[in-house]
Amino acid sequence: MSTQSGGYYLPAPSHWPIVGSIGLFIMLFGFASALPGTSDGEMGNMTMMYIGMAIVAFMLFGWFGQVIGESESGKYNAQVDTSFRMSMVWFIFSEVMFFAAFFGALFYARQLSVPWLSGEGNNAMTNALLWKGYAGDWPTNGPASVGGKFEIMSAYGIPLWNTIILLTSGLTVTWAHWGLKKDNRGQLIMGLFLTVALGAVFVALQAYEYIHAYNDLNLKLTSGIYGSTFFMLTGFHGLHVTIGAIMLLVMLFRSMKGHFTAKNHFAFEAAAWYWHFVDVVWLGLFIFVYWLV
Amino acid sequence: MSDHKPSGITRWIFTTNHKDIGTLYLWFAFIMFFVGGSMAMVIRAELLQPGMQVVDPLFFNSMTTMHGLIMVFGAVMPAMVGFANWMVPMMIGAPDMALPRMNNWSFWILPFAGTMLVSTLFMEGGGPAFGWTFYAPLSTTFAPQSTDFFIFAVHLLGFSSIMGAINIIATILNMRAPGMTLMKMPLFVWTWLITAFLLIAVMPVLAGAVTMMLTDRNFGTSFFDAAGGGDPVLFQHVFWFFGHPEVYIMILPSFGIVSQIIPTFARKQLFGYASMVYATAAIAFLSFIVWAHHMFTVGMPVAGELYFTYATVMIAVPTAVKVFNWTATMWKGSMTFETPMLWAVGFVFLFTVGGFTGLMMGVAPADFQYHDTYFIVAHFHYVLVPGAVFAIIGGIYYWIPKWTGNMYDEKLGKLHFWLSAISVNILFFPQHFIGLAGMPRRIPDYAVQFSEFNFMSSIGGFVFGATQLLFLYIVIKCIRGGEKATDQVWDNPEGLEWTIPSPAPYHTFETAPQIK
Repeated sequence: MSTQSGGYYLPAPSHWPIVGSIGLFIMLFGFASALPGTSDGEMGNMTMMYIGMAIVAFMLFGWFGQVIGESESGKYNAQVDTSFRMSMVWFIFSEVMFFAAFFGALFYARQLSVPWLSGEGNNAMTNALLWKGYAGDWPTNGPASVGGKFEIMSAYGIPLWNTIILLTSGLTVTWAHWGLKKDNRGQLIMGLFLTVALGAVFVALQAYEYIHAYNDLNLKLTSGIYGSTFFMLTGFHGLHVTIGAIMLLVMLFRSMKGHFTAKNHFAFEAAAWYWHFVDVVWLGLFIFVYWLV
Repeated sequence: MSDHKPSGITRWIFTTNHKDIGTLYLWFAFIMFFVGGSMAMVIRAELLQPGMQVVDPLFFNSMTTMHGLIMVFGAVMPAMVGFANWMVPMMIGAPDMALPRMNNWSFWILPFAGTMLVSTLFMEGGGPAFGWTFYAPLSTTFAPQSTDFFIFAVHLLGFSSIMGAINIIATILNMRAPGMTLMKMPLFVWTWLITAFLLIAVMPVLAGAVTMMLTDRNFGTSFFDAAGGGDPVLFQHVFWFFGHPEVYIMILPSFGIVSQIIPTFARKQLFGYASMVYATAAIAFLSFIVWAHHMFTVGMPVAGELYFTYATVMIAVPTAVKVFNWTATMWKGSMTFETPMLWAVGFVFLFTVGGFTGLMMGVAPADFQYHDTYFIVAHFHYVLVPGAVFAIIGGIYYWIPKWTGNMYDEKLGKLHFWLSAISVNILFFPQHFIGLAGMPRRIPDYAVQFSEFNFMSSIGGFVFGATQLLFLYIVIKCIRGGEKATDQVWDNPEGLEWTIPSPAPYHTFETAPQIK
């Protein structure tokens, strides 16, 4: 039972949300059950988490598949399109705020808590009694040198290349959009292909950088506040690049199947917005995590 | 379109109807209100007398923790979203919410999140016992194993809230009937628009905070560990950057509900509609820049103490605008005191008491005395119980005839109000005194000098708790039957929801109404 009410598409009852809830619950319950609960413990059995992830993936395929089907069969009018657009914008805003929490932690540590540990402000006794001799220079793994001596990642190697790669991918996705708007399918597909490929190269280089950090620099997640902020910020960013690349890959497949028209292609734009968002976050990372150390 | 309703349990599980989902939210909130409430009864039973009598201290701490979390995330917030679901489309002349399937998902995450949260109580090592604010290192280094389940429960609650808020914003901005300009929207819709913005802005920050907790606990990061260059106080900053807007997330929709009720029973238009809108926006803006007033005693620089004091007391200005506007709405009105109006007037009085104590605590040097005492407990319970909860109950009495098509029992409704209003003051007012005298919060035992007021408080608590069972009875009785409600229900109330039949048909405003 689907209703067309005053033109606004009201979907019929759907089983996808409850499938998603069950999947999320199993995934997170499984993950929590496997966690050691201490920083030096081992992960337990993750089977339950993988089952949950599979259910969530199944839900995403099914739900998005249904929405794509409805969109292609022309059930959505301009007002529905506006609802989608607003929702995507606010979703990206929520992601911005998630990253803001971690950037906030980075700035707080650099500007306030680390200098305080070295005795700045009214904290002379903190330094004298608890952490004598700690100078508080950034980058730091703290007065107890948690995780041992480490070297930092230079901004001018892979990170600079990655900046160039992501900025270029921002151009290629725009080029693809121009292609779509003037009904040039070839340009659309080529642009999307290049963007996804650049995204994949970015993630691969990031993985290489992590291996380098762990093996050669002794820079680890456990390397005090520098390691914590470095890996959590770049890690969540890398995760978002991966998600964005998957979105664009879906758009690539849809473009190849002939989806979208020059006027009507919200999904493509949403994925492109998301891609620009991860791009901007990367610029913040490059400046504040890699460059200004 | 016929008024066809799917039947059976799948109607509720698969539903994409805003009224069904609103009902689900409200029932979920009601159930969690009793779950959280029974934990409050355990707390008050332990505090009835000095000494240890009912539970062991760890379990007592679990109770205060879970009571707070369940009431905030399980009762008050879902109740407000339930109102939004039911009323926003009806108030703006929309056929449904903008994204009905996502609306279903926002709700159906909640029972799973609630289950995960409550399940921690039955795990080895006990449930989280670090207070609803889960400060590090209590929640990292010294927390039980079940804390990781708590963390993911918070993540799930966050998904639900963010999706719900996105839906509400898209509905309000995109689904209004022709002619329903922003400044013609009922105030309840305005308050929810602003609340939804707050939710999207701060729930991800809470997700960030619990994620840092998760990695500090399990993967060796040092966000909240000074040895590694982090800082436990960082947790408090991140938490309260979420936490302060969060309290407005609970109170702004309450303002909206009260602003709907008072004009109806004063038989006057809301005084100062535009100033109400701007005051709501001003409160929302200020909520982002005052968070550290929750942590005046952590040893901030003096400049920080001063800044957060000044910023905090500024909130009194827009809040006073609201209180004066409600009062002015009632001034020389043809007032009657049906049950919803009693709750609304009770709200205005008692919320203001909580507002005044908030002003006292906003001043840093004075707060050094109040910090972490029962004075704080009294303050936030005044704004949340005779504040948010009174508004919710008032809103239910106000709209339940529209939802069910039946009038509630007016006599019992009034009895419910007076029992609640009296007992809630016996419950919370003495807590001001013991707090000022220095009784700390979150302890199961106390010095004998605090005995009398604690005894009074507990008696008030038991009466208040029992009274809510009467409310359950009234609601069920109203659903099952009673005097038929007219379409208008009240005496010439304003708003589109009163132009449709009672009970509201399954689908409303399939053709958008024209707003003049």
